[in-house]
Amino acid sequence: MIRLVDVNKSFGQKEVLRHINLTINDGETLALIGGSGSGKSTLLRLMIGLIQPTSGEIWIDDDEISHYDEAQMDKVRVRMGMVFQYSALFDSMTVGDNVAFGLREHTDYDEEKIRSIVSEKLGLVGLTDVEDMMPNELSGGMKKRVGLARAIAFEPSTIFYDEPDSGLDPVTTEKIDELIISMQKRLNVTSIVVTHDMETACFVADRIAMVYEGELIACAPVDEFRRMKDERIRAFLRGLYIGDKEAEG
Amino acid sequence: MEHFLEKLGSAVIKWLQYIGEVVLLFVETLRQMKKPLRIHHMFAQMAHLGVDTLPIVGLTLLFTGMVMTLQVAHEFIRFGAQSTIGGVITIAVGRELGPVLVGVVAAGRVGAAITAEISTMKVTEQIDALRVMATNPVGYLVVPRMLACMFMVPVLTIFGDFIGVVGGWFVAVFRSGISSYLYWHSITMFVEAYDITGGLIKSVVFGIIIAVLGCYCGLKAPNGAEGVGLATTRSVVSAIIMIFCANCFLSLILYQ
Repeated sequence: MIRLVDVNKSFGQKEVLRHINLTINDGETLALIGGSGSGKSTLLRLMIGLIQPTSGEIWIDDDEISHYDEAQMDKVRVRMGMVFQYSALFDSMTVGDNVAFGLREHTDYDEEKIRSIVSEKLGLVGLTDVEDMMPNELSGGMKKRVGLARAIAFEPSTIFYDEPDSGLDPVTTEKIDELIISMQKRLNVTSIVVTHDMETACFVADRIAMVYEGELIACAPVDEFRRMKDERIRAFLRGLYIGDKEAEG
Repeated sequence: MEHFLEKLGSAVIKWLQYIGEVVLLFVETLRQMKKPLRIHHMFAQMAHLGVDTLPIVGLTLLFTGMVMTLQVAHEFIRFGAQSTIGGVITIAVGRELGPVLVGVVAAGRVGAAITAEISTMKVTEQIDALRVMATNPVGYLVVPRMLACMFMVPVLTIFGDFIGVVGGWFVAVFRSGISSYLYWHSITMFVEAYDITGGLIKSVVFGIIIAVLGCYCGLKAPNGAEGVGLATTRSVVSAIIMIFCANCFLSLILYQ
């Protein structure tokens, strides 16, 4: 379970997140939505410990990680996987080496076992015979799949997706969304999906949380979220993201 | 005046902060070295960073040795000291020219490559990906590069020293008419092992400077393609300045 208690984050004088309280249950898929610059990616980076909050508590199961150093955080991160917005594949390594990275770093598995896990995970995301290809030979959708295979290679209990559909065509977007659901069902992982695409959020999530100008203004199951009357949410549902002033006006 | 002092103070604080952060990275690198070393990565870096630099180092020291002999041979012959030319050239190359020029060439070739690679990894979130996969970027990226530079810069210096002395011999014999025997004999007469090993000690320090500054600038690169360029320039300039500063202090310590 992931739990955020009164989390604040500032960069210098700029307050990016204010008083965030949020609980994500085991096995749940939560979509974090919001416009560009609303703070949703910052929230994701806080949960995975890439940055530390200015104040507040972040609980990952029994670990309160808000003041963990890198060595302590590494012990928590082995239970997590992340799919990056632009895949973040290691461009000096083959696809197979990318997926095998965590296994080689943190296990004593022999090469044969590692290769078999790599093939299995690539198979799970619908890719075969790509182990020897370099990331620059792959399409955007394939890179996202390899990123997902790399994230699940270590069998994490939580997967974070940062804008998984960004830069993809509608057909590939749908395939990636289906993969997110399939991963949740097959591996029973907790998934946190950051997106600004309402369609993706409604399709993959059990609950949707909306971040607006650094505040968490709503968190509810998909159907309930759709029925909310808040004008800022209505605007987002209509596909119109509006700024503070417009909403107030 | 007040405005000038404010600006000066701000520049000094920024500079001290920069030095402090580089020192902290060096300390963290030493701490990470306690963990099992990635020998395979280190050798890959040694091949990549060291072997590729060999031709440039050879050319630089060859011409430096030749030009230096060209400049001093005439004067030495005038004073009847032609029997010392080989020794003087070897001492100059072994103590100062070899390590410093190899350091400068390596800063331009190796330091720039390290910064460009790491800063590109940073702007494409690959450093974050390492951290997310519970892999310390300092242990994974900085340690193998620092060890590779610590070993390869001295190796390049030995090679450079030899080429420099051979370049000097070539000019001394074929341009200034000094006998080959006299040139090599003067080396055995005047040069002590410490003249070469002192230079090698310097080159180990230069290797550390090049690697740590290269990695630091890469890890701190601002986002975007422009950030990669800025970080690379900053890394090369800082490393060259630091090499000259360190050389001055090391010469005082090693040869006084």
